[in-house]
Formats: sequence, C-alpha cells, structure tokens
Amino acid sequence: MKRIYSVLVENRAGVLSKVSGLFWRRCFNIDSLAVGETEDPRVSNMIIVSSGDGRVLEQIEKQLNKKIDVIKVKTFDENESVSRELMLLKVRYSRENRKDIIENCELMDAKVIDVSGTMMTIQICDTPERVRSFLKMLQGVRIVEITRTGTLAMTKCGD
Amino acid sequence: MQQCCRMKGVRAVTGAEALVRCLECEGVEYIFGYPGAVICPVFDALYDSEIRVVLVRQEQNAAHEASGYTRISGKPAVAIATSGPGATNLMTGIATAYADSIPMVCITGQVEWKLMGTDGFQETDVSGAVESFVKYSYIVDRAEDIPRVMKEAFFIASTGRPGPVLIDLPVDVQEAEMGEFHYPQKVQLRTYKPTVEGHPLQIERVLKALREAKKPLIVAGGGLHLSGAVPVFREFVRTYQIPVVSTMMGLSVLPTEDPLNFGMVGNNGHSFGNAAVREADLVIMAGARVADRTIRDPALIEKKLLVHIDVDPAEIGKNAGPAIPLVGDLAHIFTTFCKQESRTSYQEWADYLMKARAAWMQEFKERDLPSGIDPGRFMRALSQAMEEDAVYVADVGQNQLWSCANVVIRQGRFLTSGGMGTMGYALPAAIGAKIAGPSRQVVAVCGDGAFQMTMMELATARQYQVPVKLVVIRNRTLGLVHQYQHYHYKDRYSATLLDGDPDLGYLAKAYGMDYLHLSMGKDTDAVIDAFLKDPDSSVLLECDVDPDALA
Repeated sequence: MKRIYSVLVENRAGVLSKVSGLFWRRCFNIDSLAVGETEDPRVSNMIIVSSGDGRVLEQIEKQLNKKIDVIKVKTFDENESVSRELMLLKVRYSRENRKDIIENCELMDAKVIDVSGTMMTIQICDTPERVRSFLKMLQGVRIVEITRTGTLAMTKCGD
Repeated sequence: MQQCCRMKGVRAVTGAEALVRCLECEGVEYIFGYPGAVICPVFDALYDSEIRVVLVRQEQNAAHEASGYTRISGKPAVAIATSGPGATNLMTGIATAYADSIPMVCITGQVEWKLMGTDGFQETDVSGAVESFVKYSYIVDRAEDIPRVMKEAFFIASTGRPGPVLIDLPVDVQEAEMGEFHYPQKVQLRTYKPTVEGHPLQIERVLKALREAKKPLIVAGGGLHLSGAVPVFREFVRTYQIPVVSTMMGLSVLPTEDPLNFGMVGNNGHSFGNAAVREADLVIMAGARVADRTIRDPALIEKKLLVHIDVDPAEIGKNAGPAIPLVGDLAHIFTTFCKQESRTSYQEWADYLMKARAAWMQEFKERDLPSGIDPGRFMRALSQAMEEDAVYVADVGQNQLWSCANVVIRQGRFLTSGGMGTMGYALPAAIGAKIAGPSRQVVAVCGDGAFQMTMMELATARQYQVPVKLVVIRNRTLGLVHQYQHYHYKDRYSATLLDGDPDLGYLAKAYGMDYLHLSMGKDTDAVIDAFLKDPDSSVLLECDVDPDALA
C-alpha cells in the first residue's frame, strides 16, 4: 500500500535529518521526500510518500506525530489528492530519433528547455504516474542524467 | 524555587552562569558529571552554586547515577560531560535511560561554534549520534536561548512518556554574555502536548470489558512507576480484585507477596505468570510496551480481548493491535477507574491462579539444595532481610533473572536496566538512588562480569561518602552468555570465562569497604545479617555461585 504524508514541521536546522532518520531507524520506506517552506517561513512542509502494510503506515503517522519538531501530520491516498512531480532529464539524441523525442514531448506536455548539438534537456511536470509513463516512452533513448523532485501533493479542494 | 524564578538578574551573565541558574530554578540539587575543556565554563559556574557535583569516574556512569537518582527522587536528574569521548561515553547511559523511559537532562560541551563541522579536537556530532535514543536534542548556538532551552528540556524530559533530553553546548556559547537572566515561567511548544486524560468513551469501553470478562488480567509495566500511578493502581486492583502480572520494569508495582500479584511475565518470567497471560480472556497492558521479551508472540494476545493503556500513542498498536486502545496518563486513568462502582467476582479465576503459584512455591521449597549457594534462595533471603521500603538494584545477566524471579519486595523498589540490558548499571544506579534517598536502604546486586564494567564508581561512592551495599555474584563466567552457549552452542564456551579476575577482598580494601564472603548455603542468613547491619558502612559481599548454575 502506498500512502502520502504531508508533514508540517518547524523550519529549523536538523529537522530534516531527525525526520528522515526516523524512517531509517524504524525500517520504514521512503519512496520520495520533498521539502519546502510554507506561507509561514517558520514552517516547512514535507511530502513523504511511503509504502507498507496497514500497521507500518499507521506507525509512520504515530512516530511522525511523536517527533517534537512535527507540528501536524496529514495522511492521504493518491486518489484523495492532487499530486505533481517535476523531472528534468538530459538525453543524448541523434538525427534519427530527434523527431521521435520531440513528438513524445508534445504528446506528454513535456518541454525541451535546453539543447546542444548532441544533447537536450527535457522538463516534465505531471502526475507521478504520467512522469513514469513518459520515462517508459523514452526507453530507447540514451539518458545521460535525471533529476526529480519527488511527489508534491495536496488533498483535493472538495467544498 | 518560585522565588528563584521571579528573581531577575541584575547584571549580564554568561551562558554557563545562566545554565547553572536554570538548574537552580529547576530545583536541581545534584548533578552527575565529568569535566573536560569545553564544558569547563559550566563546571566553573557550578563552583559557586549550592548544587552539588558528583564527579563520576566514567561518563556512562553519570547517566546511570542520574537514572538511579531520578527513579527514587521522581525528579529528572542531570548528567554533564564534555565533548567527543566524554559525550560518546555518556551515550550508553542515555540509551539505557531511553529504553526504560527515564527522564533526565544530559548536557554536553561542544567545540566552539565556528569550529563545529571541522573535525576539531574532541568534536563529535553527539546530537546526531543520539537522535534515535533521546526524546529530544538541542544544539544551542546563542547564549540567550539557554533559559528557554533548559525550561523546555526539563518539561519535555518529564512529561508525557518521559525520556532523556540532550543539550549540546558549544564552549563559546557557554562563555558568551547574554544580558539579564530571566527564567521563563512557562514553556511554549506548539508541537508538544501529551495527552493526559483518557478518552471517556474508551474508558467506558474498558470498564464494560472488565464487567463482561471472566478471566481478566492486568500486565503492569514500568509506566505505572513513571507516572506515579502506583498508589491508585493498587487501590484499583484491590477494589476490583483483578489479578496482576508485571513486566520486568513493572516489578514492585505490587508487593511481591500481594495475593493479586502473579509474578513476572515473559521469556524469563514465572511459569504461573505466563500461564495467567495464556489463559486470561481479557488482557490489559498498562504502561507496558508489548516488548519481545515480555510477549514473545503478539499474535497470541491479539486473539484475546486486548486493552492497551499508554501515554505514548505510538506504543499502542506497534507490536500488537489492541481491541481497545486508551491513550493517557496512567495515574489519571486509574484515578478515573477508581471512581467507578466496584465489582468483584473473579474469585474462581484468582483461586485458579493462586493454586498455580502455590505449586511453584512448593517446588521452590523442595528443590534440592546445593552445598554451595542457590542464587535464587540467596536473593530471596537477602530481599526478605532488607528493610520494608528498601531499594533493590539488579544488574543484568543471570543475576538479574534470579533477582526478578526471587526477590521479595514489600513497599520498596526494584530497579534494573530492562530495555537496554546494560551491564554495570546496578552499582552506579544504586549510588544515584542512595543520594536521592539517603535514609533508604539501597542494595546493588551484580555479577562478576558487570562489576568489572563499572567498579570504578566505588571511588565515587567513597569520595561522597555514599554507603554502598554491593553483592557480587561470583561464578567466574559471563553467566548468561555462558548459559546460552550451553543451550545453543553445545557447551562451546567462547570468550565467557573470566580467568584473571581480581581478588575482590583486596579490591574492597582498596576502596575502604568492608568485605564479606559467602560460599556455603548454611551461612547465608548470618552473612546477610552482617552485610546489612550497619546502614552507614560500605560493604562488598562476594557470593560464590556454581558456574554451571542456570537461570
């Protein structure tokens, strides 16, 4: 089972290490982790995607709540939330596959943001699932470098 | 203390002076510590304070002495060490306290703020290293933050589920001037609000389960001691007549010979205690984690109606999913329980358990006596000869298991390192306990392996005139591992023989202690009598035990 944890923490030195250390020490998975400041500069938001059985997922929430730097933990499934991931990838292209790559980018709403005679850098910002599909579509292409933010997520607006 | 907190400083103070003023405001009377260059400003400020400094002989023991002090005084004690090796030595004691949820505030010196991260002399990242076994940790980078940090540290350490808090203080922060000293009256922590009161609906569900149960059983854990719930817990179980078993940390929640006390559970517990868990239809875990040494197979107790009461929500459901979780402070919850109408009709169940317990006692009495010392009988006799409210501090290993199974506690306390099983805990913890309760009789019992891990503390005891009553169970082996090798490694005794041990008589003499030696069972009572007779003398009692005796 996959679960998303939106964790509000005190924006202080050492907090990221205290939270990530908890996952390591208790053998919890981190599928992805993204951190950034919130509208209140004293508070950061961590979006942690994890997986495990029901007991593990409950323990993650409880252990996070136990951390004194943690202000609030919200937890939700992917289908209860809107989520996005940003990925940058640098690929080596040839005359033969250049068109294909650009076509795939158009199909998936990805953008070429940097280019040289042999390489291009592509940006895609989409649901984690579509980011995965995009990677699959580029299977035949020589990927030089990838960097991704991990999932960012929020619960749906729902009135 | 009130007055002290209202008193505002009239001149600028240094960080170190502020720290000591904070300790005074918290009512700290003793600190346990070991100095070093980068904690010198604090020790210098302590020089002018009424707070008494106990100089330990190795930093680990500062934490153990603080632990013994805390457990008897009920106030979080303070251990102080320097950076680097001082801090890492302290860590075993911090881990020991964390595993048993003992509140304490540990302060370590640190290299100058600007040198941190450069691998300076005696620099270790102690706050990073202890992160997974402290309740919270601080690195203080401004002297002005010291009062707030200290106030928070004592609050965090002693509330909710207690535990050790570490404060790492760079030496230049200790030296820096910080203006007027003012100790905050209140903590402001938006993220930390432990649940105290149990949820009324859950409380009602527990009481309903009790009304419907035929064979209820409470598993009493160390949390009952920590929350000060023991008197109200006793009142509750006696009114309701509910049988009780305890974990190792829960020993002495009920007097050993209380009719409702059915011993210790777990893989080293009493057979009748474990039988009680097996046969109960309702199990209430109270202030006990479902630890592997207590409940070997959590799935089995999940099949019963399981109630889990704990102040730490994360402990509930961690190893076994209870049908009725109840989060809150145990003293508060049992006080609420006591206000309910009582009902007592578990007599058949209690009678059944009593029979099992009587059979065990009978077997114990009829057991063949060795010509030497039967450790179980020795510990029983020792504890029975001790004063009504005495403190019995058991070390770790075979001697601990013999103690757990046989010690008779009346209104006293049983202290040991349960969760971490730290060898050498007994002597320093007993010194701390004796300092906290000078009028109480305190006896430490350890093996000859553990003794050699912390025997240097005999000097600390001598320096501060703390009378030590220390029993060294002598079998010239690392008994519990030796026994393990007997059962699981075909008697291949790899590295468990203590050849070359010192002569304990000379050692006692070296530390100015009286020395007694017990080797024949028939002398037991006379030797114990001589051992306990003078409350002001320090005595080392060497007690010979067969190396092949099994716990």
